[in-house]
Amino acid sequence: MLFNRYRRGLFITAFLAAPVTLYLVYVISPYIQAFYISMTDWRGVSATPAFIGLENFRRLLEDGTFWKAVTHNAGLLVLLPLITIVLALFFAFLLNVGGGGRAVGGIRGSKFYRVVFFFPQVLAVAVVAVLFQQVFRPDGSGMLNAPLMALGGKPIGFLSDPGVAFWSVLGVMVWQAVGFYVVLFSAGLASIPRDMFEAAQIDGAGRLSLFFRITLPLLWDTVQVAWVYLGIIALDVFAIVWVMTDQHGGPDWSTTVMAAEVYRNAFQYFRFGYASALGVVMFFFTVGFAILSLRLTRRERIEF
Amino acid sequence: MTTTSWTVANSRKLARQESRKRLGPMAILSHLALLLWTVLTVVPILWTFLASVKSEDEIFGDAWSLPSSLHWDNFARAWEQAHIGQYMLNSVIVVAFSVFGTMLVGSMAAYVLSRYPFRGNRAIYLLFVSGLAFPVYLALSPLFFVVQNMGNVPLIGPFIGLNTHAGLVLVYIAYSLPFTVFFLSAFFRTLPTAVAEAAMVDGASHTRVFFQIMLPMARPGLVSITIFNILGQWNQYQLPLVLLQERDKWVLTQGIADISTAAGYDQDWSALFAALTLAILPMLVVYTVFQRQIQSGLTAGALK
Repeated sequence: MLFNRYRRGLFITAFLAAPVTLYLVYVISPYIQAFYISMTDWRGVSATPAFIGLENFRRLLEDGTFWKAVTHNAGLLVLLPLITIVLALFFAFLLNVGGGGRAVGGIRGSKFYRVVFFFPQVLAVAVVAVLFQQVFRPDGSGMLNAPLMALGGKPIGFLSDPGVAFWSVLGVMVWQAVGFYVVLFSAGLASIPRDMFEAAQIDGAGRLSLFFRITLPLLWDTVQVAWVYLGIIALDVFAIVWVMTDQHGGPDWSTTVMAAEVYRNAFQYFRFGYASALGVVMFFFTVGFAILSLRLTRRERIEF
Repeated sequence: MTTTSWTVANSRKLARQESRKRLGPMAILSHLALLLWTVLTVVPILWTFLASVKSEDEIFGDAWSLPSSLHWDNFARAWEQAHIGQYMLNSVIVVAFSVFGTMLVGSMAAYVLSRYPFRGNRAIYLLFVSGLAFPVYLALSPLFFVVQNMGNVPLIGPFIGLNTHAGLVLVYIAYSLPFTVFFLSAFFRTLPTAVAEAAMVDGASHTRVFFQIMLPMARPGLVSITIFNILGQWNQYQLPLVLLQERDKWVLTQGIADISTAAGYDQDWSALFAALTLAILPMLVVYTVFQRQIQSGLTAGALK
């Protein structure tokens, strides 16, 4: 008996040793160090960085670039989930419920659409960024500007006009995200019993009330999950901005985001202390968002 | 028997014809909306494929013109001079080892944490899961120095420091653990205990029960999370950007991003399009073959 307990303990230790060690060394320790580094003036060279308290955070508040980055993240935080979820719900509804004919059911070819819509999701963000850099070329060699100019319009500086660049970034993010949520919502819709829709239809519900009175309430849980996911994507965005935009967040800082400023300060200016302070702010934004969205979206769950 | 199956098939056909006849204006509008998004998804990618066989002059000409002759040499230049072949090989090596490692260590941790109650179990589980909420940017600068210091460890140091693939593999494993452990321990909890108990009575060791009974039983969950990790690690850009700074060590995302940002008038644009195509095509092929598994693998996390 004692031997068995010893064997059990040995087994638990052996199985946890590698994952816990890796996790502590590469994940937990950097996170803890980051909080300390954020209160130093460390630039990577000095052996003993000076402790400067909250000085980095005070400087952050006066840093115009930081505030631009925060504004862009905040804009994405509102717009990316909103646009993506509305589009994805619309498409998922068309694919699964609002199909042709009087019967409630999927539209023909729904599988094909789902397969195509989802594809951008499997591409690397860095690859998508380079792809759209070409699509957005500012002259007649750009995929979007060529037809515009052929119709006699002026070319749009999708990435070179500071007033437009942010919207281009948002557009690409929506382009890549929608398919994932169409599939997610379709899976949610598939778990709703068909007779619910049929009963509503017999009672005279049209497509609109079918959507707002049946589909949306029953999908609410999945929509919440989507909201949190997209919110975190909006707060964490890096590669699309860093690779696609001019001067990594330009032109004229018009697309920069917090993650890009963390990377720039750390690995281009070697201001590790300042970059870590930025990281800490990001951390509190993300945790704050997660807590807030859990609080706000809590609602009676509909059992079926 | 034959007559009934004939009748069933026939009535299905009739029903299908019936629904085709009823393709009302709403169904047409639905199809139009869905087709519009299909075009938006597909056209940028096809346009890139097309540009990959254009000459340099054609790329700077009208975006929608067809290539006068097919310049397959663009691919040779992308593969050789832009080193896409090398980068792809690097990506394959890194992802092969890190996904194997992630699955091995992750499933070990998840299994012990979900099936063996012991003091501290909950704390370790929460430690892993809390990693889901942290933005990686906070850890970025300390992580760089952690990996740099790893390079000074006697004996194995030179293999796991900065600019090494093994170093990146360890970091990938560590950062993939939160989700892998979270997902797999939920999965192990749903498996029946009877088979494992029977094997233990028959004298099988804990380790043997895990590898020969529990892992095969957990196969569906393992497949989903493996796909999730393969895609996530293949598409990773931020971590290699920080940890691999020597060109010959780069992974594919870095290589692609670099061709476009290494700005300049001597830029080889047609090779860029060929490189993009080389990065997208394999994903497209793998995706069309495994699209069901990929879709369920990527959405599995959100539905748990």
